[in-house]
Amino acid sequence: MPVANSLVVVGAGQAAAQLVASLSQDGYAGEVTLIGDEPHLPYQRPPLSKKVLTGELTPDRLSVKPAAFYDKIGTRLRLDARVERIDRATKEVTLSDGSRIGFTTLVLATGSRARTLPLQGTGRTATFVLRSIADVAALRAQFAPGKALVVIGGGYIGLELAAVAVKQELEVTVLEQAPRVMARGVGPVVSRFYERLHHEEGVRLCMGSVVHGVEDGCVVCAGSEHRADLVLIGAGAVPNAELARESGLATENGIVVDAECRTSDPVIYAIGDCATQHHPLVGRRLRLESVHNALEQARIASASICGKPAPAAQVPWFWSDQYDVKLQMAGLSDGYDQAVVRGDPDRGRSFAVFYLRDGVLIAVDAVNRLPEFMMSKQLIAGRARIDPARLGDESIAVKDLKG
Amino acid sequence: MATITFEEPDGTLRKVDLAGGQSIMEGAVRASVAGIDADCGGACSCATCMVYVADEWCDRLPPKDAAETQMLEFCPHVQENSRLTCQIPVTDALDGLRVKVPPSQH
Ligand SMILES: Cc1cc2nc3c(=O)[nH]c(=O)nc-3n(C[C@H](O)[C@H](O)[C@H](O)COP(=O)(O)OP(=O)(O)OC[C@H]3O[C@@H](n4cnc5c(N)ncnc54)[C@H](O)[C@@H]3O)c2cc1C
Ligand code: FES
Repeated sequence: MPVANSLVVVGAGQAAAQLVASLSQDGYAGEVTLIGDEPHLPYQRPPLSKKVLTGELTPDRLSVKPAAFYDKIGTRLRLDARVERIDRATKEVTLSDGSRIGFTTLVLATGSRARTLPLQGTGRTATFVLRSIADVAALRAQFAPGKALVVIGGGYIGLELAAVAVKQELEVTVLEQAPRVMARGVGPVVSRFYERLHHEEGVRLCMGSVVHGVEDGCVVCAGSEHRADLVLIGAGAVPNAELARESGLATENGIVVDAECRTSDPVIYAIGDCATQHHPLVGRRLRLESVHNALEQARIASASICGKPAPAAQVPWFWSDQYDVKLQMAGLSDGYDQAVVRGDPDRGRSFAVFYLRDGVLIAVDAVNRLPEFMMSKQLIAGRARIDPARLGDESIAVKDLKG
Repeated sequence: MATITFEEPDGTLRKVDLAGGQSIMEGAVRASVAGIDADCGGACSCATCMVYVADEWCDRLPPKDAAETQMLEFCPHVQENSRLTCQIPVTDALDGLRVKVPPSQH
């Protein structure tokens, strides 16, 4: 007798939601169960540090799909339930209540979690991270004009939070260990711009600050102290890869997957923030934390599971909103040998930086430059060779850059 | 509230009642209209919530702002009557609107 197909997804975030939608489109024949440890339908995280924090958007509007959608496509939802163990020999997962669910295919979409720091004696000073609806609710409850907020880490989440907080009249200090902000994501020209931007808006930025600890009412660094009523730790994210590692799957700063998002066990896939994959654009393995990556890997895994041809690869992209400034990044600037600036990063709030390697456009950071961003996505996909002088020449319209 | 008709990529006509206080994109996603990808969730960053608006409605919608115009200029499959649904709030005035979802948003 043939064994019926049953697919289990662990983690109910944005990658998982896209996966079940794609499986339905791709005609997966079998039972699908989605298990997530948060008490919410899969939701979008980007607004948490943006419009949810400002209050413009309520958390109930973040769901990727309504409950009825999962019903319609026949996906069983097990929310507020955590998978504790994968047994690869018996092809079962064990939940925290002890129940077991069998699978023929397993997809790990466990995401990542905010990195915490071993800070001593947090005392009366409230310390937060920003990753989930629960986190943002806790944080918002503490927001009040005049309070001193110290953000540890000048990455994009910390800076988005700083932007919202300073607009709500908190006194905001950002402590960054590196010599520049958002160093992992953008080039130095763009970092300088964001430092100026936050300075103009009234945020205090301290580069090269190594935090030693949090004491009652202040954050202590080597050589300085910063008054703090609340502290946000914005120190990046770590992949939720323990479940995979404990079951013997290959992990290395994430769950190692092949081009089809298969782990070292061919019936187990991993997608989204928790997965690390060889990237053809940079020629090495990397783990991306972005909505686009979560959606794309979900579509790739679904195609593989359903025996369909892989969808055409897209150029990775990301965005960040701070004040009235929209940053959009496309491509991966790894190993660029030339950066071309279009517009003036030292004045105003609109310019773009193009990154080239061997004369080929590989990435763009576009600051309030939608045309440059959209055009670059096409040019990067086509591995276009463009004369750098033309890229930097504002008298040439963006749409003519291709020619 | 407005009743909006979406022609899905496979030709299916979906008549959907959308409440105010949200964008057309949000309403369409909640109603599981096929082909509205909305990858960026309404941040006007992805242009994957595009539709073609029925001719008689083009002039009756609120005008595009600069961001929407710029995104559309570089959007695949764009036409004269294209709009980004995340940029249009649902109002009573949209009752009867008809739009067509493109075959692909990529
Ligand atoms: C504040 C914030 C702002 C962001 N802004 C942007 C942005 O502007 N643009 C952008 O592109 N990206 C942004 N991101 C990143 C983006 O949200 C992530 O890349 C995306 O959510 C990844 O989706 P995922 O499904 O892989 O993981 P997640 O969304 O993290 O979902 C994983 C889920 O699995 C659950 N889980 C983990 N282990 C288990 C288990 N054992 N059992 C059951 N459930 C489990 C987790 O609790 C979680 O709910 C932002 C992220 C944050 C936190
Ligand atoms: S949802 Fe991304 S531009 Fe409309």
